Amino acid sequence: MRAAPFDYSVYDDGLLAAAVLAVDPAAIGGVVLRASAGPRRDRWLADLRQFVAAGTPVLRLPLHVGDGRLFGGLDLPASLRLGKPVVERGILAHASGGILLLAMAERLSPALAARLCAVLDFGEVALERDGFAMRMPTRFGVVALDEGASEEEYPPAALLDRLAIHLDLAGFEPSSRTDRHDLSAHVSVARTLLPAVVASDSLTEAFCGAAMAFGIASLRPTLLGLRVAKIAAALAGRTEVAETDAALAGRLVLAPRATMVPTDAEADSQEAQPEQSAAQQGLDRPHTENAVDVPDAPLDDRIIAAIAAAIPAGLLGLLSSPDPAVSKAQTSGRAGALHKSRLRGRPAGVRRGEPQGGARLNVVETLRAAAPYQSLRRREAAVSGRHGATFVQVRREDFHVTRFKQRGETTTIFVVDASGSSALNRLAEAKGAVELLLADCYIRRDSVALIAFRNRSAELLLPPTRSLVRAKRGLAGLPGGGGTPLASAIEAAVALAESVRRKGNTPTIVLLTDGRANIARDGEPGRPRAEADALLAARQARAAQLRILFIDTSPRPQELAHRLAGAMGATYLALPFADAAGVSAVVRQIASRSP
Amino acid sequence: MSVAFPFSAIVGQDDMKTAVLIAAIDPTIGGVLAFGDRGTGKSTAIRALAALLPKIAVVVGCRYGCDPAATGDRLCLECRARQAKGPLKSRLVPIPVVDLPLGATEDRVVGALDLERALARGEKAFEPGLLARANRGFLYIDEVNLLEDHLVDLLIDVAASGENVVEREGLSIRHPARFVLVGSGNPEEGELRPQLLDRFGLSVEVKTPVDLRTRIEVVRRRDAFERNPADFVAKWKKEDDRLRRHIVAARALLPMVEIPDAAQEHGAQLCLALGTDGLRGDLTLTRAARAMASLEGDKQVSDRHLRRVAPSALRHRLRRNPLDESGSSVRIERALTEIFGP
Repeated sequence: MRAAPFDYSVYDDGLLAAAVLAVDPAAIGGVVLRASAGPRRDRWLADLRQFVAAGTPVLRLPLHVGDGRLFGGLDLPASLRLGKPVVERGILAHASGGILLLAMAERLSPALAARLCAVLDFGEVALERDGFAMRMPTRFGVVALDEGASEEEYPPAALLDRLAIHLDLAGFEPSSRTDRHDLSAHVSVARTLLPAVVASDSLTEAFCGAAMAFGIASLRPTLLGLRVAKIAAALAGRTEVAETDAALAGRLVLAPRATMVPTDAEADSQEAQPEQSAAQQGLDRPHTENAVDVPDAPLDDRIIAAIAAAIPAGLLGLLSSPDPAVSKAQTSGRAGALHKSRLRGRPAGVRRGEPQGGARLNVVETLRAAAPYQSLRRREAAVSGRHGATFVQVRREDFHVTRFKQRGETTTIFVVDASGSSALNRLAEAKGAVELLLADCYIRRDSVALIAFRNRSAELLLPPTRSLVRAKRGLAGLPGGGGTPLASAIEAAVALAESVRRKGNTPTIVLLTDGRANIARDGEPGRPRAEADALLAARQARAAQLRILFIDTSPRPQELAHRLAGAMGATYLALPFADAAGVSAVVRQIASRSP
Repeated sequence: MSVAFPFSAIVGQDDMKTAVLIAAIDPTIGGVLAFGDRGTGKSTAIRALAALLPKIAVVVGCRYGCDPAATGDRLCLECRARQAKGPLKSRLVPIPVVDLPLGATEDRVVGALDLERALARGEKAFEPGLLARANRGFLYIDEVNLLEDHLVDLLIDVAASGENVVEREGLSIRHPARFVLVGSGNPEEGELRPQLLDRFGLSVEVKTPVDLRTRIEVVRRRDAFERNPADFVAKWKKEDDRLRRHIVAARALLPMVEIPDAAQEHGAQLCLALGTDGLRGDLTLTRAARAMASLEGDKQVSDRHLRRVAPSALRHRLRRNPLDESGSSVRIERALTEIFGP
């Protein structure tokens, strides 16, 4: 039975995203839901729960999940009861057919993301743990709850690439249509209709062209977008993808990933801008008009226009500007593992020992150690008249504990004065030092960050990274010149250092400046206030007890620079001709000292 | 995933496909590292390889897949005992392509005491791990740069010695573990340790296709595959079969391929000009050039073959100069032009 044609465009994109995901969660990978925790996010999740089929598992995956719970492993009570190893399925296998909610996805480690991605890609859990080797098929969709507050805070890029829909709930007014009943009914119809839905060659080509026009390099979003388009068609009761379906997929999948805007589409949407901002960044405007905007244009141009209309006006300007500011889609993701204590972090092997002082017992290895002696111990117990009720007799000497990586990483934060005339030279040398240190990093597993300050503010140019590739891209084309907002720079460095520390890593700040502050904290010029502010910030830095290296780059050592270094408890070094090799050598020396 | 995407249906990515084929022709080259952009089919290509490989003969009943034609320390202890009693019985099996997932524990990688038999029957028996399963085949690690350090240490050692030595829980076992290491990853997630990098014979840079026609073709084939995997594989079977015969023929030709002095010299010059560390670069380069020649059905290695394989054989062996903005590939290209002319 064919459902009556259904016009889904009366609903807002947020609600449609939930409906699309509910039709076939695994097919589209999932949704990145960028929103702070609150009623709006809860409402979206509640909608999603209403749309999914009854009995669909919706599981929450905590950030700190260990591999054992993630993949599965030995089921201890059952194994002890039965006297043979019994496998326990992990969360990923349990989520099969349903949805996995990733809390605080912006803090997800690349290691956990890579594990998730492997399972998403191949639809099965490859369990090679605790003596088990098995494959467990599992297909699920992920909802990454991204609470990232700043441009730098994003879930790992590998995961972002695999989740079709990127939805930002900020500045997004839910549609006036509150009746979800209709949509809910069509979700279940769509589920049965979906296998029959096809996309014509011309539409596929147009969609590929659109993805390329928006500078989306990875091919995965294109593939995922086509699946979203098919689901949209199924929602509408169609068996062939129509232009409106492709436009919806473009808005949900391609628009948020755009790294550039095709020139003519830009002109189109600039005209449409006033109307858009009035409609709260255009997410709840009636969508029917998107696709029919330019009826005579070729199909791909119409899709491109529809997508461009979905990109918020501010971002559009940013993307089309010639400045190769690295797009957020490419730099997202956080490098660096979490090594908090002996209880946390990634396991680094197992050793014999007792579970004391917080060390965690490794049950499988303990059992393995105990196993060979079981018959002996049973006999022994029988002789001594102690008939133990336990099937397996484990003794103290069998205990094995899991070792975790304990040494935290070092993160070197370069804070570079990019003001004034000598800026270019200093920046080039700082850049060189960053790269030299990074080249050394893969041995020590350390990371590097870079803050540059000029004009009125300090800017984080390179979030902590271990990747030379990313660093090179982040450092390309550093601007120089302008005033010296030293106070803001110190504050930014301390804030970053503290966030590094919260992750269990050890920060070292390297400040390259001549110390001649002339911009106050509030961005106003004026030397006396700027210097007072800088001194205040320096004292705050000292209170934070950070390891700081102050490199004075002025031709003649400055008295103020010296005072600043003293105030922040920094190691002061006059290096008028600071060159890359020199700086990196000094930093390496300082960083290797224990804090 | 039950059905793998057919190798011959992969659009473009010639560098990666050639490297994988070369590694399949001559396992002594030491595997392939595919590093590059997301969503380019790195792991698809490697997983597709399994279906392409010819079968090999293994000793019946051997848990490590020993070669019936081998002798001495190329055999595991059990097979040596079998051999002492009479000729080894053999059977044909597909070449193993073993996945090493990121969450694997050490006991599953190296092998460990068989818990079931130990608990139930009090027997001390060794349960072979992934390294045993990968013997004489391929060991594939996706996101290899995110592999935990203690597993990396282990791999580095075994990959070099070709033998897995297990000393745990009162077990003392050694068995052959010669495998072709295949890795993939995205350099943005972090660098690879130089020692591990060195274990890979070839390294390819995988880039997203920027040509619209290619991209459309990728999307179309993927769509067709997802709609009906069985049909799609059947459609490409002929192509895959042809490629398999090609590999078998190239393997047979390989021992006959000669390396003229001139080619040898050019290879050495190239390594010298690039300042590659150690002799491994030189050795890999000539081996890869030979495999390349046999892949193309040539009985002599020529400059063309050297040129074709030089980037992937040497790219990851250059001493790094972080201040040199040009990447390794550019440096190799420059050296190639200097030695072979434009």
